[in-house]
Amino acid sequence: MTGYGGGAGALAGLRARWRRLTVGRWLVTGIPWLWLVIFFCLPFLFILKISLSEPALAQPPYLNWIRETADGLVSIVVNFGNYGLLWDDSLYVSALFGSLQVAAISTLLCLLIGYPMAYAIARAPTHLRMPLLMLVILPFWTSFLIRIYAWMGILNTNGILNNFLLWLGVIEQPLEIMHTSLAVYIGVTYAYLPFMILPLYATLSRLDPVLLEAAADLGARPAKQFLTITWPQSVPGVIAGAMLVFIPVMGEFVIPDLLGGPDSLMLGKLMWTEFFNNRDWPVASALAAVLLVVLIIPFLLLRHYESRAEANGEEAA
Amino acid sequence: MSAIKQHRRAGFPWLWTALAFGYVFLYAPILSLIVYSFNESRLVTVWAGFSTRWYGELMQNEQLLSAAWLSIKVAAVAATIAVVLGTLAAMTLVRFRRQWGARSMGIMVAAPLVMPEIILGLSLLLLFMSMADLIGWPASRGQGTIIMAHVTFCMAYVTVVVQSRLAYMDASLEEAAMDLGARPLKVFFTITLPVIAPSLVAGWLLAFTLSMDDLVVASFVSGPGATTLPMVVYSSVRLGVSPQINALATIIIAVVVVAVSVAGYLMYRQDKQRTNMQ
Amino acid sequence: MNNVVANAEQEPLVRIRNLSKVFGSTYAVDNISLDIEEKGFFSLLGSSGCGKTTLLRMLAGFETPTEGRIFIDGKDVTDLPPYERQVNMMFQSYALFPHMTVADNIAYGLKQERMARPGRDERVREMLSLVQIEKLGHRKPHQLSGGQRQRVALARALAKLPKILLLDEPLGALDRKLREQTQFELVNLQERLGITFIVVTHDQEEAMTMSSRIALMREGRIEQVDSPQRMYEFPQSRYAANFIGNVNLFDGVVTSQSGDQVLVDSEEAGGQLCVRHSQPMTVGMPITVAVRPEKIRMVQAGDDLPNQMQGVIREIAYLGDESIYHVELASGKRVKYTQPNVQALAELPLTWGQTIALGWHADRCGLLAQ
Repeated sequence: MTGYGGGAGALAGLRARWRRLTVGRWLVTGIPWLWLVIFFCLPFLFILKISLSEPALAQPPYLNWIRETADGLVSIVVNFGNYGLLWDDSLYVSALFGSLQVAAISTLLCLLIGYPMAYAIARAPTHLRMPLLMLVILPFWTSFLIRIYAWMGILNTNGILNNFLLWLGVIEQPLEIMHTSLAVYIGVTYAYLPFMILPLYATLSRLDPVLLEAAADLGARPAKQFLTITWPQSVPGVIAGAMLVFIPVMGEFVIPDLLGGPDSLMLGKLMWTEFFNNRDWPVASALAAVLLVVLIIPFLLLRHYESRAEANGEEAA
Repeated sequence: MSAIKQHRRAGFPWLWTALAFGYVFLYAPILSLIVYSFNESRLVTVWAGFSTRWYGELMQNEQLLSAAWLSIKVAAVAATIAVVLGTLAAMTLVRFRRQWGARSMGIMVAAPLVMPEIILGLSLLLLFMSMADLIGWPASRGQGTIIMAHVTFCMAYVTVVVQSRLAYMDASLEEAAMDLGARPLKVFFTITLPVIAPSLVAGWLLAFTLSMDDLVVASFVSGPGATTLPMVVYSSVRLGVSPQINALATIIIAVVVVAVSVAGYLMYRQDKQRTNMQ
Repeated sequence: MNNVVANAEQEPLVRIRNLSKVFGSTYAVDNISLDIEEKGFFSLLGSSGCGKTTLLRMLAGFETPTEGRIFIDGKDVTDLPPYERQVNMMFQSYALFPHMTVADNIAYGLKQERMARPGRDERVREMLSLVQIEKLGHRKPHQLSGGQRQRVALARALAKLPKILLLDEPLGALDRKLREQTQFELVNLQERLGITFIVVTHDQEEAMTMSSRIALMREGRIEQVDSPQRMYEFPQSRYAANFIGNVNLFDGVVTSQSGDQVLVDSEEAGGQLCVRHSQPMTVGMPITVAVRPEKIRMVQAGDDLPNQMQGVIREIAYLGDESIYHVELASGKRVKYTQPNVQALAELPLTWGQTIALGWHADRCGLLAQ
């Protein structure tokens, strides 16, 4: 068979060609990969580093780990005090629980409102599904800040809602909603509802309606059909949607800042205050690190169920 | 068949009520913004007659206009870079799935989608400061650092959009082109790119919107002299409701509605073509 | 016969040597060596997952072999990327570029070799008329029917006048009527153009009608390479016999051989079977006798058939042109036997439960190693 092979020169040419191909591949993968490593992963190390430094009245307002002492010695000072502070001061602990509470309750509210909506869209006649879905996504394209601002006008003591209710005669005194936890729940649910509906719709629309007919044929009533057929198959969508709401809400700043009051203490708001108002960068970084750790489990959950939903989709296709 | 469908639809009237309620919840606040932008009174909540005076004042607001211009510039540049990087990332995730780095890229692309903005903003600021310390770049914070920060989270969204289109694309199209003598780079530009072009446009628009909308990350990484539109809106809104912001909101909503309708129509038409194909 | 000697030394168009492809830990293609002669209609036949598509994709250059070499026209192409091979492929999904017109699709390959405009247009016109879709040049793929798309895919793959055309399940997406018609068109096209066609198919009927040679594949290996007729009449393994057409198999032991007559003692058949076979056999060797259902006939008085047996009809499958009878022998073995339905609506001469005698000549059956 040796007689058929090309000369050594031809072989070298081939190798060069394949190398060129792989160089192309490396560029395609490498450029976005490097960007993400530098601008997304690397910064976490700096958060960790600053969270272990001592605060200082300087620019930037923290001390380096490595510094020269007066007698010319180089010393490395790592300060765990910031984490100790978070643990000792009930302010931070209650902010963590405040965030968890707001995130959990508004995730639940999104699910309660979003599930029937997603289900209705998935069951709508085919030609209506896209427009109905577009209507859900449309608000997402308008400014987040301005949508929250809209609620300020509605929920104010002399806002639209109170004026309306007073005019109806339902209430005598204006309701105090603005600057309470209730206002935060409303705002968060409103802002994050599309993130719940989209994955729910994706799983529910993939559900074969014939399965429900089969269940009905075997004697299941509508409620039973839902509990035994629809709900179990939509669980991946429910979890993906819940995590898409839960994770970002944990660090939400704008909503508690604009709609919330003194009782709605959340991590995101506290981080902002520590950073911009108190200029305590190390404590803000420590808070960020704690938040990151708290969010790892929900993030892994999300990845797991997203990849499962993807696999299901590939099977269906 | 239609009898079955009708039966099914009639079986869940409450489902349709829930849907209608949901849409009211989603759109009532937006409608209230629009209505009160035409209110004569400075008090947003008291109706004092129709007027367009707030639009006039908005046009006089130098600070807001220059912030809007900066935001548009930043968003356009960031969206363009994000589309290039996001497309490369999507190619890796779909076509070179077994390539070294593809798995870690999947995670790095998924994380910014849910990462709280406040962490992203803080971490990027710390990065920029340390970089300036170590290599002297970026020397100052402002437009440039905002663009880099926006590219980082926008490219994740672009990747998701392009990725789903690429995964849907028949891989044998690319093989066919190669089989007919086109080299990989040529295949990408003559076949892959035209086929996925709609998703690039969608990705660009999404990135542009996200960048225009961002308050938190920009607040961290911007420097003196670089104030984006959301930053101006935020500082004005903190002081209470202001009819000028209502007017601004109405303009933004109008632009979005027009853009989304056009895009939706184009997508619908393309979808129809695609279903014809099958 | 100097001619034959010369031909034997001539390089075959495609020469595959010890080719393997491993995905993970499974061998999709397992040490295949195969020669494909020029100007033929060659089929790679096998059930799904037998490695036929992987083999085709290695010929096209989409998969890199794990081991082995591929030579086309005497040149080693194993490491050549697809865009440097003089081989074109028609894809199962057709893979028509959705954003280009039919004419642009066909011209795509010509543009890659920088053919000048006038010649290119001329070639596109030729190709359109070759596959009889002259008027569709300006259309986009989504405006075509399935059959038209198949023609465009064919025209596009032929436009560069390749040495070899690879076709991956070319008729898979067409409905039955169109498929039968297209089969003949493909064969005519191959004969007219003189291009070597290599077709992957899972449909044995399709392979039988179109091919000049068939390679039957199984689990990454080649089971048998032969002309369609020899493949049917002289299958070399139980798998080949079963894959193409129907067959009855009787396991037994060789008891004696005299001249070209082999006697096989088969419990399943309930006695001795006589087979014409010229190769020397070892007495006592386990063997299988294979006989096609249509080679069996009912024994009439005065018949002198060496192989005879009696059985009871258990099932009848009426297929329109013929009927298949499942006849149960005393050993419990079921024999399939077909009879053409000559008379319309005639009272069926045979019914369930009836006992009949079947038989066949010694030269109508074959021997297969167990």
